[in-house]
Amino acid sequence: MQGNVQTKSHRNGSRVRKLLTSNEAVAEAVKIAKPDVIAAYPITPQSPIVESLAKMIAKGELDATFVRVESEHSAMAVIHGAATAGARVFTATSSHGLAYMFEMCWWIAGSRLPAVMAVATRSIGAPWNIHGDHTDIVQLRDAGWIIGMAENAQEAFDMTLQAFCVSEEVNIPFAVGLDAFTMSHTAEVVEIWEPKIPPRRQAYKVLPSDNFAVNAVTMGKARMKARYDLAVDLENSAKVIEKTDKDFGNHGGLVESYRLDDADFAVVMMGGWCGDAKDAIDMLRQEGFKIGLLRIRFLRPFPKKAVKELGGEVLVVDKANSDLRGVLGIEVSSCGVEAKNVVAGIGGVDVGVDDFYRIFKDFMNGKLEMEWYL
Amino acid sequence: MILPGNTSCQGCPISLAMRCLDEIENPVLVIPAGCSTVVAGLHPNSAMKIPVIHVPFASTNAVACGVKEAYKRAGVKANVIAWIGDGAADIGFATLSASATRKDDIITVVVDNEAYMNTGTQASLSTFWKAKTSTSPAGKADEKRNLALIMIAHRADYVATATVGYIEDLRRKFGKASQSEGFRFIQIHCPCPPGWRFPSEKTIEIARKAVMSGAWALFEFYDGKLRFSGIGKKFAEKGNRIPLAEYLKVQGRFEHLGDEDIVAIERAIDEEWEILKRFSGE
Ligand code: SF4
Repeated sequence: MQGNVQTKSHRNGSRVRKLLTSNEAVAEAVKIAKPDVIAAYPITPQSPIVESLAKMIAKGELDATFVRVESEHSAMAVIHGAATAGARVFTATSSHGLAYMFEMCWWIAGSRLPAVMAVATRSIGAPWNIHGDHTDIVQLRDAGWIIGMAENAQEAFDMTLQAFCVSEEVNIPFAVGLDAFTMSHTAEVVEIWEPKIPPRRQAYKVLPSDNFAVNAVTMGKARMKARYDLAVDLENSAKVIEKTDKDFGNHGGLVESYRLDDADFAVVMMGGWCGDAKDAIDMLRQEGFKIGLLRIRFLRPFPKKAVKELGGEVLVVDKANSDLRGVLGIEVSSCGVEAKNVVAGIGGVDVGVDDFYRIFKDFMNGKLEMEWYL
Repeated sequence: MILPGNTSCQGCPISLAMRCLDEIENPVLVIPAGCSTVVAGLHPNSAMKIPVIHVPFASTNAVACGVKEAYKRAGVKANVIAWIGDGAADIGFATLSASATRKDDIITVVVDNEAYMNTGTQASLSTFWKAKTSTSPAGKADEKRNLALIMIAHRADYVATATVGYIEDLRRKFGKASQSEGFRFIQIHCPCPPGWRFPSEKTIEIARKAVMSGAWALFEFYDGKLRFSGIGKKFAEKGNRIPLAEYLKVQGRFEHLGDEDIVAIERAIDEEWEILKRFSGE
């Protein structure tokens, strides 16, 4: 699908409205950020992102080096190398691709290198399934990445631009999650604008003139200290995310609060289906139910404070599981918040406004136990 | 290039090969897991006088490609060297093949000690015919893979085999790779005292016997031609070789071999020379 220029907003002279899928919106953002090196292996439903970028390079609209690799492991390895040498880098992946590059994801984070990756969040086999859920991206939790989850194409665009700034300020790689198909392949109107992204910054780079060994074998504490520093800096990246969010769409920082102010019931969710959940909440509000949504925009750093501040009864709806529990449910309960937990939508099982309406209502009526919405 | 007091074993062939890196201009080393990792030094020290990027096993050539592409864009002159063992060539083979096919502008050096030495001598795809390792305790049944030939099939810009037994030849090949461009590949035969079970002062002697017996062929491939090179050239003629047993019998990993085993290995080696000769037109 090709995005077309539809109208020109006069609200802000430089803003252009285009009909874009989230994949295309991410590619537009990457083009504005001007990466030096892009490497990727195709995987559904990510491929249109890097295909768009390859086209931009071929047409001369983007001056970047595109390295065609034989696997996702190498895609992440190429951008790891390029970042080590000081280049601004980008890659995109999904599902099995992310699983295959997992080792390198640890290395680029552990090396404290800035990098941006889009993840079109998709189910991981077996059995084969190409449809959307969050089972791939949640696996990045422990690797030391910043993990954002966009709700729509506009946010995918804004967050991708923000990702370069944040990542290069805190020296931690940044993954932008966008739900497979419901976002990656669904067109929406997106306001494209061109913020100034500061020139590439990073803590160190390796040059031939240096006598510098990076990531040599460590004995004892050095590894633990590196891991601790990464954890602390990842936690502190929250401040940078909050600050820069103001310049990149003002989506709420680590979380978006939706009708939570006076709510007796709070739902916690993340990703593209939050739009449907908001519609269900609006319907229930009309019926007098005091319900709201805490939309998790960042799985890492996890918005512990916002979760802890939740009042009333809490329900977490998950699109990824770890044993019988939902992954977000585990995260929320780790903040000391007692919550009901529903796992739904895995493998692209359709969960829409009506389903949310039913789930939320059962929850408020005390009829919902922790369950799988099959 | 490599400091005295590094952590290699006595008689280590890899540290000998590392000394020759001074033939290469503006080198940047990319090293995956393996003996070379340990030889290059433990944090916070480094045994190398040049920059080293340590990386995970299968990633080396791709990381080196990324480093080089970034340097190119920034106008930085460097010879980026993917310095791998035969183990990394196994697990990273797809990466190596892709790198060669793209003609990444890097030098790949394989220090081939014919087994996974750093994990305690397990068999690799490069392990010599019938050699005993901890995962081939009765002797390895499958044959040694000829990586350099495979790289020629990739139409690499420069392919060479070398050995720590003939350092001048090795240095010349490093120098040649340094001055050229494109995908350059050098496989260095590295007899390993603990892994092959021979006394540590015999590394050079055994490395030379490998060449003299025809067990390791020295050649170069460039401009579309294979050429037998250096001192090894004359051993293309079978009549000039020493008996294969003289190479094998001094190594503990071959202590189990009977005469018929040696005849079988010799036949396999002869076949390989025939292939090489056909490639060379000599
Ligand atoms: S095991 Fe062999 S290759 Fe490894 S450091 Fe020791 S001598 Fe060198």
